[in-house]
Amino acid sequence: MDEFDVSVRGVVKGFGGRRACDGITLQIRRGEFFSLLGPSGCGKTTLMRLVAGFESPDEGTIELAGRDMAGVPPHRRDVNMVFQNYALFPHLDVAGNVAFGLRIQKAPDIEGRVRAALEQVGLAGYERRAVTTLSGGEQQRTALARAIVTGPRVLLLDEPLSALDLKLRQGLQEELRRLQRSLGMTFLYVTHDQEEALAMSDRVAVMNAGRIEQTGPPREVYETPATRFVAGFVGSGNFFDGRGDGTMVRTADGLSIECRAVGDVTLMVRPEKVRVNGGPGLAALVEEVLYQGASTSIVLRAGDRRLVAEDPDARVRPGEPATVSWRPEDVRVLPK
Amino acid sequence: MRKLLGAWTGLVLVTLYVPIAVMGVFSFNASRRPRWTGFTLDWYRKTLGDHNIQDAVWKTLVLAAASTVLAVALGTAAALAARRSFPGKRLWNTLVSLPVMVPDIVMGIGLFALFHALGTGLSLATAVIAHATFNLSYVAIVVSARLQGTDRTLELAAQDLGATPWGAFRKVTFPAILPGVVSGALLAFTLSFDDFVITYFTAGTGNMTLPWKVYAMAARMGVTPEINAVSTLILGASLVLVVAALRLSRVPVTGGGR
Repeated sequence: MDEFDVSVRGVVKGFGGRRACDGITLQIRRGEFFSLLGPSGCGKTTLMRLVAGFESPDEGTIELAGRDMAGVPPHRRDVNMVFQNYALFPHLDVAGNVAFGLRIQKAPDIEGRVRAALEQVGLAGYERRAVTTLSGGEQQRTALARAIVTGPRVLLLDEPLSALDLKLRQGLQEELRRLQRSLGMTFLYVTHDQEEALAMSDRVAVMNAGRIEQTGPPREVYETPATRFVAGFVGSGNFFDGRGDGTMVRTADGLSIECRAVGDVTLMVRPEKVRVNGGPGLAALVEEVLYQGASTSIVLRAGDRRLVAEDPDARVRPGEPATVSWRPEDVRVLPK
Repeated sequence: MRKLLGAWTGLVLVTLYVPIAVMGVFSFNASRRPRWTGFTLDWYRKTLGDHNIQDAVWKTLVLAAASTVLAVALGTAAALAARRSFPGKRLWNTLVSLPVMVPDIVMGIGLFALFHALGTGLSLATAVIAHATFNLSYVAIVVSARLQGTDRTLELAAQDLGATPWGAFRKVTFPAILPGVVSGALLAFTLSFDDFVITYFTAGTGNMTLPWKVYAMAARMGVTPEINAVSTLILGASLVLVVAALRLSRVPVTGGGR
């Protein structure tokens, strides 16, 4: 039992009749990088605030390292948080901010530990700088140093990179992951950016409307999405609603797709699995070719249906007819 | 049109400041008559050496200091309370800031009636309570303005790092609002120091403060150079306090390091 640093069971939290968390259950292992992924308003930040102790659940239990947290205030919980807006103390310099938690603990060798933490986040020598003179990335790193220096059991990160520009964000993703590995600390990471979640996490929980739709490693969530929502939110897809008889699924507009599903289902094929002019298949018309550098998106139309393909081998131009095909094993079956 | 406007502005400024200038100039005049005969510091020497005036100054300072401490504690607490949401919050905010608009004479008579009804008698202590009553509104208004610019997640961040709610307030919120608190304190001190009407109704006859003393001297002997000197000193002290209060209230909320 003790291998779980965070255990959330059946947690419900409502705000004025709206349920921000509607029966959440999840378990995070020791040293795991765990992401809560979902659109804004899905309840992921509320769940994080419940773990931090800023809110208390209406129903359900939250355990940290096997201990029930009911009634335990934030300052008695062995978790630290990196806030979305960093929440640095403006009246303290960088060292003062980082030392804040250590001073409360009356820890020995505060100066040395502050220096070590600043080195870990790449801010060596920043001790005496005023936090208001720092760039966004430097503020982010200061907030990170402040949160890790006391060595909490779990680090909570609330969209810590969302305010930074793309280039900086990518660099920091890598750094955060490396830092997490070297500290061996459990990270609970909240984000609405699916690429970020896939790139960094050991496991991802995809949330929608206060519920968890799927929990699993990034590859599993991406390749075998459990629901239509997960399939659409984590990456993009071509969806086909139809009825299956065990060998074929037939759609309302007359398509027959090879698949063993039975009953009413939604089929999904990822754009990168779709081949254009790669053999016999569905007849379509190329509408748009969107060159994106590393990849090219091809938008096609087959009847009333819009299809997206990412096929690096395709050489087509808008207005041309083309065939669209995929391997049967690349078809994902989703409950309708 | 522009010229007219300029002349009008000039006239307003002259009306505002000439009386004060006259008072200041004649406090240095060698003659008792309102005709300049030469520079002297005699009136200042004389006033500052006057035991009655010394006593009045002392009482004024004690009253101002004590009522300021009380007003700062209560006014800051009132401002902090207004951060939470509770039923009747709007009414509460109105009630807290209303005394700023109540005429002094009404406030003075009201407090006089209250102390009379309570049978406490009148003393420096009742005057302290009276001054704290109207000053707490000013403090609450100044501190509230400061609090509105302070990020509440800072307090959460402090608690997250292990600070108790009280510790978070002491180490994070209080330093953030401190310029507002000091500014409110200076304002309260100035208002108390200058007050005549409310003191007159609540301090009792034995406790003449400086403004009251000035009034009494003028009522008895007309405006003398001594009064000019005392008034000029009061003006100087008030100016310093008000300027300091204004400066502090403009310290940016996210001011840099220490």
